[in-house]
Amino acid sequence: MAAMRYRDALNAALREELQRDERVFLMGEDIGVFGGAFKVTAGLLDEFGEKRVRDTPISENTIVGMGVGAAMAGLRPVVELMTINFSLLAFDQIVNHAAHIHYMFGGQVTVPLVLRMPQGAGHQLGPTHSHCLEAMFMHVPGLLVAAPGTPADAKGLLKTAIRDENPVVFIEHESLYGISGEVPEEEEALVGFGRARVAREGSDVTVVGISRMARTAERAAETLAAEHGVHAEVIDPRTLRPLDLDTVLASVASTNHCVIVEEGWPHGGVGANLAALISEQAFDDLDAPVQRVSGADAPMPYSKPLEDAAYPHEAQVVQAALAVLGQSQGPPAGPGGGS
Amino acid sequence: MPTLPAPEVAREWLATMMLIRRFEERAGEMYARAKIGGFLHLSIGEEATIVGSARALRESDYLISTYRSHGHALVRGTPPESVMAELFGRVDGCSHGRGGSMHMFDGSRRFMGGYGIVGGNLPIAAGLALACDYKGSDDLTLCTFGDGASNQGTFGETLNLAALWQLPVLFMVINNQFGMGTALRRHSAVTDLQRKGESLGVPGMRCDGMDVLDTHGVVCEAIRRVREDRRPLLIEAVTYRFRGHSMADPEQYRSREEVERWQARDPIPAFGNKLVAEGALDESELAQLDAQASARVDEAVAFAESSPFPKPESLYDNVYVLDQDVPGWYSLHTTDQDHIPSRDQEASQAGEIPRQMSDAVRLGEEAS
Ligand SMILES: Cc1ncc(C[n+]2csc(CCOP(=O)(O)OP(=O)(O)O)c2C)c(N)n1
Repeated sequence: MAAMRYRDALNAALREELQRDERVFLMGEDIGVFGGAFKVTAGLLDEFGEKRVRDTPISENTIVGMGVGAAMAGLRPVVELMTINFSLLAFDQIVNHAAHIHYMFGGQVTVPLVLRMPQGAGHQLGPTHSHCLEAMFMHVPGLLVAAPGTPADAKGLLKTAIRDENPVVFIEHESLYGISGEVPEEEEALVGFGRARVAREGSDVTVVGISRMARTAERAAETLAAEHGVHAEVIDPRTLRPLDLDTVLASVASTNHCVIVEEGWPHGGVGANLAALISEQAFDDLDAPVQRVSGADAPMPYSKPLEDAAYPHEAQVVQAALAVLGQSQGPPAGPGGGS
Repeated sequence: MPTLPAPEVAREWLATMMLIRRFEERAGEMYARAKIGGFLHLSIGEEATIVGSARALRESDYLISTYRSHGHALVRGTPPESVMAELFGRVDGCSHGRGGSMHMFDGSRRFMGGYGIVGGNLPIAAGLALACDYKGSDDLTLCTFGDGASNQGTFGETLNLAALWQLPVLFMVINNQFGMGTALRRHSAVTDLQRKGESLGVPGMRCDGMDVLDTHGVVCEAIRRVREDRRPLLIEAVTYRFRGHSMADPEQYRSREEVERWQARDPIPAFGNKLVAEGALDESELAQLDAQASARVDEAVAFAESSPFPKPESLYDNVYVLDQDVPGWYSLHTTDQDHIPSRDQEASQAGEIPRQMSDAVRLGEEAS
């Protein structure tokens, strides 16, 4: 194990996979000479050269589409989109093409493509640069969706994504790039898809948090234990497709209470979907309705106090957990409120 | 004026154009008889652009086209049986009934697909070309699309990138004069389409898309340059679609006379007559080739009729490349129990919950 920042863990995963497999190459806007808008690809151009690390023009739909074509012809492209909001310009290639080609052509061809993109609010970038859009990608059959919440998962999941035969939307978080964590040093320390991480064990309430919200949930769990004597089990699904529902259901079966925390919009969001699955599959295990804590159902505002109010923080998670346990009055305040 | 190829080569070109024509005429009939669903876009009138260009390719080169692509599959050698079966939505179709008319595919013959999104195939073509370069092969990609597609963002983006990265891709705009019902001069500020790539660093050429010889000659020259220089080129093939955009098209945007003027230049009789005039064929051989094409289409229809529909249980096949070692739910629905660990549990609970609920309702009724 070594302490590593999330950004450097991603960089290490890319470096190792570039070394390991000749077919792997990177494409994206300013990933080479500039080193990446968030410096994830820093140093890779010097190490691997322009064939493997390609600066592209600002043409999102076409960069993704070229990745699709190159993947169909046997390469393993890793395309970086500067932020998740810009992926919207490439939705045609992501949804109509990358996700559907294997199916649409009767299984004759695969699209082993990785699309890396960071998301998240907190930097006052306003409504075109700050959203969390996991739910949009999770919605699409044919795509796999990973959203690592720790440096170790960032590295292990990215390596798995690059080796997978399916198109993978790999969602990083802008606010996590600088955080440090223990990362296994062995090259083959992959993190498999479809395996949730139980970040903290507990018996009173299950708190599911994704991407950055896994951390927020962990901090909330500490407060719940220290100040309220409530033991929360914190689960980070890590991949939204495939989804490790078993781990969530097993936890709910023992805690009988569940809170889902996400930074994205609530309407049709990750939590909405997961709450539906839990109620379909574990209705009898629940002692109270599943609570959701989410981003505000509004575009992300610029002004700092508004931005802060528009995505969940520890306090809302604590409140939601207490509410679901019947230990506080009324639904929790703040973005997303109760479910 | 390009010279005629060897007689057997010329005969094969003519036979292939005839096959595409007869195939599509029959497809139109089958559509009217509801054997074929969805959209059906015919390339009748445009056969010379298909055969003239594809015959300039090597087998290892990639071809990628649009939703108007029955002919592109046929020209690459995909059996008419599997193209017709795809139209019929049958399991033996070249996309196993998942794609339909707009989404033909034959990877084994390097026909990399028909695509239903106007302009969607251009970036993919550049990606295929990138892969050729990356692997150090001198294969190239021929990418066809319509005049209407030249207005899409992907046109500008892809031509720029292909020129910038010196990718071996030949873009071929099939100028059939319309994007659906919108005439070229009503949809494109630049109507001289061969010049539309100039500002993006992609020089253009033009061919007579009603003449298979001219098309072949120009495409051969373009391919030579693309292969040697590793630079993209744009070819405009000037042609005309004789039928409606798709089957539901009252064609109010053009006159009968205009259609007839172009039909007088029908590429199939034009080439057939030329071969007769040059002594490469006689009239009876001409009729025989045509009869062979029709007979082949009969077989294709019979095959498609007898091919089964895909089984309902196969609905979820190939949504993902499944990995035995990956647990968790790829899809909420699947017909393959093995890959979805929660599934057994879900199946039992799915039956269980409604049963419990109906029990509760019944008990409630009994109690009251
Ligand atoms: C992105 C997108 N927009 C609109 C359509 C609907 N549409 C299908 S074909 C077509 C016309 C395209 O014309 P052109 O590119 O000239 O090709 P042609 O049909 O003449 O072969 C349109 C608008 C579509 N399939 N995809």
